[in-house]
Formats: sequence, C-alpha cells, structure tokens
Amino acid sequence: MRYLIAVPVLTALLCAAHVAAEPAAEKPEVLTVMGHDSTVVPEEVLAEFEERYGARVSILLAGDAGSALNRAILAKGNPLADVLYGVDNAFLSRALEEGVFEPYEPAALADIAPELRLDASGHATPIDFGDVCVNYDITWFDEAGLAPPRTLEDLADPAYVDLLVVENPAASSPGLAFLLATVGRFGDPGYLDYWRELQKNGVRVAPDWETAYFAEFSGGTSAGDRPLVVSYGSSPPFEVIYAETPIEAPTTGVMVGDESCFRQIEFAGILAGTPRRELAERWIDFMLDTSFQASLPLNMFVFPVIADTPLAPEFERFLSIPEHPAHVDPAAIAEHRERWIRQWREAMAQ
Amino acid sequence: MAAAVADRGVRAKQSAPAVIARPGPRPWLWVLPLAFLGLFYLYPLTAIIARGLSGPAGDGIGIRQILTAATTLRALWFSTWQAAVSTVCTLAVGLPAAYVFARYRFPGKRLLRTVTLVPFVLPTLVVAAAWQALLGPHGFVNQALPALALPAPRFTGTAGAIIAAHVFFNTALVVRLVGDAWAQLHPRVTETAAVLGAGPLRRWRSVTLPLLTRPIVAAALLVFLFDFTSFGVVLLLGAGRFATLEVEIYLQTVTLFDLRAAAVLSLLQLLLTALVTTAYSSAAARYGATARLGRAATHERRPASGRERLLVALTVGALLVWLVVPLAALALRALFSVEDGRLTLALFTRLGSRPRGAALAVPPLLAIRNSLLFAALTALLSLAVGLPAAWAAIGVRRAWLRRLIDVGVMLPLGTSPVTIGFGFILALGLPGLDLRASPVLLPVAHTLVALPLVFRSLVGGLQAVPARLREAAAVLGASPGQRFIHVELPVLGRAVASAALFAAAISLGEFGASALIARPELPTVTTAIFRSLSRPGAANYGQGMALATILMLTTALSIAAIERLRVAAARDF
Repeated sequence: MRYLIAVPVLTALLCAAHVAAEPAAEKPEVLTVMGHDSTVVPEEVLAEFEERYGARVSILLAGDAGSALNRAILAKGNPLADVLYGVDNAFLSRALEEGVFEPYEPAALADIAPELRLDASGHATPIDFGDVCVNYDITWFDEAGLAPPRTLEDLADPAYVDLLVVENPAASSPGLAFLLATVGRFGDPGYLDYWRELQKNGVRVAPDWETAYFAEFSGGTSAGDRPLVVSYGSSPPFEVIYAETPIEAPTTGVMVGDESCFRQIEFAGILAGTPRRELAERWIDFMLDTSFQASLPLNMFVFPVIADTPLAPEFERFLSIPEHPAHVDPAAIAEHRERWIRQWREAMAQ
Repeated sequence: MAAAVADRGVRAKQSAPAVIARPGPRPWLWVLPLAFLGLFYLYPLTAIIARGLSGPAGDGIGIRQILTAATTLRALWFSTWQAAVSTVCTLAVGLPAAYVFARYRFPGKRLLRTVTLVPFVLPTLVVAAAWQALLGPHGFVNQALPALALPAPRFTGTAGAIIAAHVFFNTALVVRLVGDAWAQLHPRVTETAAVLGAGPLRRWRSVTLPLLTRPIVAAALLVFLFDFTSFGVVLLLGAGRFATLEVEIYLQTVTLFDLRAAAVLSLLQLLLTALVTTAYSSAAARYGATARLGRAATHERRPASGRERLLVALTVGALLVWLVVPLAALALRALFSVEDGRLTLALFTRLGSRPRGAALAVPPLLAIRNSLLFAALTALLSLAVGLPAAWAAIGVRRAWLRRLIDVGVMLPLGTSPVTIGFGFILALGLPGLDLRASPVLLPVAHTLVALPLVFRSLVGGLQAVPARLREAAAVLGASPGQRFIHVELPVLGRAVASAALFAAAISLGEFGASALIARPELPTVTTAIFRSLSRPGAANYGQGMALATILMLTTALSIAAIERLRVAAARDF
C-alpha cells in the first residue's frame, strides 16, 4: 500500500508545476455580491476593490428587495452569492431569524450613528439610508393650477383623485417603507382605513420602483401619466444631475410633511456558508470606505452611513430631508410585518 | 398544452394497428422510475399536503382564513371568469374554422393545419411576448396609432390582453378536436333534415350541435383547464394587476414567503384541476369511442358555390391573420429598432454581452446555453426514467394494473409546474441532501413535466415492435440483451429520438417551475425573457424580444423534427 502515498505527492507536484508554469494566467477569485434590482455600483469603485485585492466582483441582481432576500433564504447552505446587500430595516428581522448571515463586525462600525445600527447581534452592517417620500411633478401641478399635496391625508383628498402611483409593498422595498409610513401615521388598524380611502381615490399599484418611477410617473425623465409617485427624498437631485438638457432646478418636488416619509436603512451581510469568507469581509469593509460611501448618493440616491463622507454639492443643494419621518418600532415591524402586508393585499383586493 | 399533446398521442396510438408484444414481467425495471417519482413527485407532494393541512401557521392564521382571504377569493374568481370568457371566445373563433376544415377541401389546407398548431406548441411566455410586440407599450400598434393622431390603447395590464393571448394559443385545440369529429359526421344527416324542411339554424341546433356536443365539451374543458392554471401569460401581460391561483401560489412563495398559504392554495388548485381533468377524461373517452366508428369516412369537398368559396376564403384568411400577425410582430420587433424603426441585427449581436447592472445576471447568450444544457439533461433523464417504465409497463398483463400505471405516470401532468417547483422548495431541503439550491433541480423538475408524454410516446413505440420478430430472435438463440440491441432498439430508435426531442422542447419552454427554482446566476431562456420584459426600458424590451424570437424558432424546429420522425415511424410499419 505504500505506493499509494505517491498519489497525493504527485498531485501536489502537479499543482505546484501548474502554479509555477503560469502565474499570470491564474484566475482571480470572483466575489459575488447579491443585491436587489436597484443596486448600482459604479465601475471605477468596483475597479478600486478589484485592484486592491486582485479579485473580480460580480454583482448579481436577484429581483426586488424582498425576493432577493427570500431567494437567499431558500438557497441557505449553498449560497447564491458571498455577500447580500440591500436588506432594509423592514426585512432585517426576517434575514436574522432565518440565519442567512454569518456574524461579522467591521472596524468602521464605530463611525456609524447608533440609531442606524439596528442589529445588535453583529450580523448585518448598515451601509446607507434614505427617506421614502411621495414625489410630485412640479410642472404638472403648475399647469393644473393645483397645490401639490403636503400630507398623507391630502393624498386621499378627492382633489388628488387618480394622481398617485405606489409600489406594491409585498414586492418592493420602497413600497413596504411607504406602507410602514402609513402604519406610523395612522396606527394599526387605522392604516387599513387610510388605504381603502386611497383606493377609492384611484391609487395605482406598480410592481416595483423602476416601473412606478420610470414608466408610470409623469415627472422629470419619466414618461407616465401619474404626477405623484412614491420614491425617495433624494430623487429631485437625480433629475437635475441626469437631465439630458441641463436644468437649473429640479422639476420634481418632495412631500416632506410630518410623518409622511419613512426612513429606510439598507444593510449588507456575509452569506452563511460562503467559501470566500475573507474576501467577503474585505468587501463589507470596503462598502464603508470613503470611495464606496461617496458613490452612494449619485448612483443609488441614498445617504452614506459614515457621517463625514463628502456629498456632491448639487446633491446637497436639491435634497429634501423630512424633519419628522414616521416612526415604527423595529420590534413591531418584526412582529407584524407579514400581517400588515397580508391585510394590505386583502384590503386592496376588495 | 402538455395534456392535449398527450391526448393527441393517445388517439394516434389508438388508431395505429396495435401489434402488441408483451415480454414477461420484469419487476426490477420499476426500481428507477418508482424511486424517481417517489423522491421527486410523491415526497414533495406529501410535504405540500403536510404543510398545508398541519404545518406551523405563518403568522398564526388558519386554513379557513387563507381560503377565505380576499386575495384568495379574487385569484379564484379571476382564474374562473377569465378562463370561462377565454373558453367561450376560443370556441367562437375555433368553431367556424373547425367547420371549414371539416367540410371543405382547399389549396394549402395541409399547410394551414400545421400553421394553426404553431401557437399551441409555443411556450406561453413566447405567446405573451408576441402580444407585447404587437400591442404592448413599445409594440407596433402603440407606435403607429399616435403617429396617426389616434390614442394608443392600454393593453398590457388589462384582462383583455390575457384573454387575447389565451384565445390565440388555444384556437388550434378547438380546430383540431372539434374539426376531426365534425369531419366524420356524414353530411347526409343534415341534408336529410334540410329535405324535411329544417332551416340552417334549426339544422345546427337540432342535428349538428347534439352530435358534436361531446367533442365541443371536451375541447372546452381542456381549454378551460389551460386558461385556469395560466401562469406566464398572466404574470407578463397582467403587469402585476391580475393573479390566477397559479400566480398567487408563486407570489406567496417568492414574494411574500408565506409557504403555508402557498401550500393551502396548491392543494386547492390540485383539487380543482383534478375535477376538471376528470370531467375532460370522461367526455373525451366517450366521444373517442363514437368518433372511431366513423373513422375511415371523411366528407370533404371543394367549395361549390360562390358563397361557399367566400365563406372558406374569409374563414381561412381571418384565421391566418389571427394566428400569424402576433408571431410576425414578435420576429419583426426583434429585427426593427424600437427607437428609429430601422432594420438591425443589433438586438441579436448584443446578446453576447452584459453591461454591469443589466437586468440579467449573465449575458443573455448564457441563458440560451443554460437552457440547452438543461434541455439535454431533461431529455437524458426522461429517457433514463421513461424507458424502463415503458418497457416494464408493456410487460404487465393485468388490466387494472396497467390502468393504475397509466394513472400513476400521468399524475404529474395534472400537477401544475408551479406546484412542482413549490414542492421542491418545500421538501428537498433534507439535511445532508439539500437539493434546493442545486442546479440539477431544474432538469429534474422539467423531467417531471415531460415524463407523462415521454412515457406514452415510448409505450407506443415499444408496442409497435412486432412480437413475431422478437420471438423469432429468441428461437434463433438471441439473449434478452441481444434481442433488445438488435431487434427492439432499431425499431424503437425513432420513438426514443422523438421522445427525447419532446422532452427537450418542453424543457426549453418551461416557465412555471423555472420561475420558482432557477438560480438567478443560471437563468433559463424563459426566466431571462420574463425578467427582460417585466422591467421598463427599451434595451430590456429589445433583449426580451430577441430571446423570445430565438425560443420561438427553436421550438418550431423541434416540433417540425418530431412530426417528421412520427411520419417516418408510421411509414415503417
């Protein structure tokens, strides 16, 4: 049996020869980052990470925020990716309960405001946050001679009939954030009465944010017929920065009345069972580095969680930040989220 | 679709002169098929039943609450009414064509018969894409009407869109099923009634309709069944506004993650489809018996009067427009740019690349490669399971056992693909054998969808091996193995090839199970089409159109190949 030892030895030799023969052709490790469909990381930011660690980064868009998480849960044990990014505070408890993340706490966590660090167990790292608010098409309201709505109550006013498009909270994370804003504002079960009124007032439900904003909304770069849309407080600067013909001021505005917005915090975590744990840790660290954090506002129109990250001047100038967003206790979200969504669907199905 | 294909298979088989050769029972052949069906069909089904009836409640609600939830009732109601309306419309479109096909001989008839079949064999997602190409937001009609200062209709996201697509791909069913029966009705029956003074309406009501009731009911039930469980069409053309039960199961699983509700709804749907299937089988079985009596006689003739010629021309013309225009729109949409209307191959050449952040996780070309790979695996798996099952089945002598086998193998056919995919998600997370995230899962699911048809086709092929040939070989000293290689295999070759192609074609176009279990980094052509077409943006739209066109051509080619094999096989004996 002694000759059997030749097998591992020969294998090792072959491997060594292989490595020695073509060091240049060695394939770089590929780190897969799974995100929801709205994930945008600019090429130069990815390149920075790739050069620094000699790896490749592949971004896997896995549906809307809820579906991306559900897919990650279903694939537990044989993860679809190494890192999952884009789980928000509405879904965080589901991710943690299902155990999709391995614990990891980056050093930069200390630089993040405590109210954003919702996961005390050290699995999910906050990356960015933003305010989900109703946006309006300034031009449309000017031409109609109508004042834009200011509060959630206004949206149910017959003066604003057939004007609003929202995202389905069962499928879309801004949609769910807006549902949570109504829960915060009107309480449980008051929010259901509010939604029934919205339905009477002709609210349209789009499957996702892209469809609502780019296909149904009439404002800015969009081509739809609805002048009110659930989007982000940071959408107007987007309209200025990406305008095809330069414009001085945004053509869309934000409804920032008290308790009409909901603050969404997005998290990233290392998917349990990844074979590239170390590279995944570096990626989480990198997401809190200045270059990644600084790219967030102009690409995903959300705020960096690291407080002193420089913001682009045009972003800061046209930004609307609600002073008093609606508040819902994270523990209540974890406990009642499924029921709120289910009851919303049932109310809207009637 | 699958059920109807199987149905045609059955009827074709019945008509062939059955040269039944039964080798002795070979029980060991059952091991693999039974293990496969047990692990991948019965076990997931048991898991659904267990989860639905007794599993831990998602957020503390009971079965009754799930069944009476407004969302469930709405899905049930929508499934039912749109299926009913679609069925009535399909009959309205299909019956005149069936009549013309049954009674008149005209140039190009054989070709037209084949053309009517095309929409029926196409994947439902291709059909949905075709209608989007015609009437969707970037469709030809919506581009042309504003140019003529007419308002563009809203098509995507309406029930009308869903119904139009349903009628489109089921028209062939009515033309074939009712047309064949009608062709065997002797015209003398109505002529006699005419002599006795019955007007055309009276003749139709009192003579023709009663004689055609069974085939019409059978066709209507089959159409209803397909429409009731519709998935891809509703998901894509409904734009999130409509849900059949099938779509609701998918939403509960993927989006809401309420597996308990999904299980309860799956059981509800299984029950309802079982009812419709049973009704269909009994209707089809009875009219099949009467239809065979008059098999030899058909009563076609050339249209005699000018009125008849006009009738034939109008019906054939309308049918052609109805069936060909959407498919042509799809192919043209993939060839002409949405922006400037110029002819370009750009959509196809772009399929090889993917900008970071595009709707698909991989270049679309890779989705095609994945699908081809899955299709090949499905074909192999279907044969690996189907061949021993078919071989063993023809050795069974007891009638009740044969019937039991038939029902058993056919069971997956009555189970919707979404339910099959959902069962996998629920059941196959076994500790130590967690298959849920494995890429092999998809070909396994596709095999389950294809197996009933593969089995029927193989049984038909095996039964066609002349018994005397096999016996002669045995007398001459050939071992069972030698007999298989030298006698059965050559004859079986064509049946095997067409069964394999069938399985591959089903796998290529399968969407329901794929939507649930395809991994995002290993998309299939169908999941890639769905993803491209359900997101806004002209680039995504064009990409979806190009992929759907490729899938349309591939499916049409494989069906043509199967038809050729079948014709060749029929000539062998």
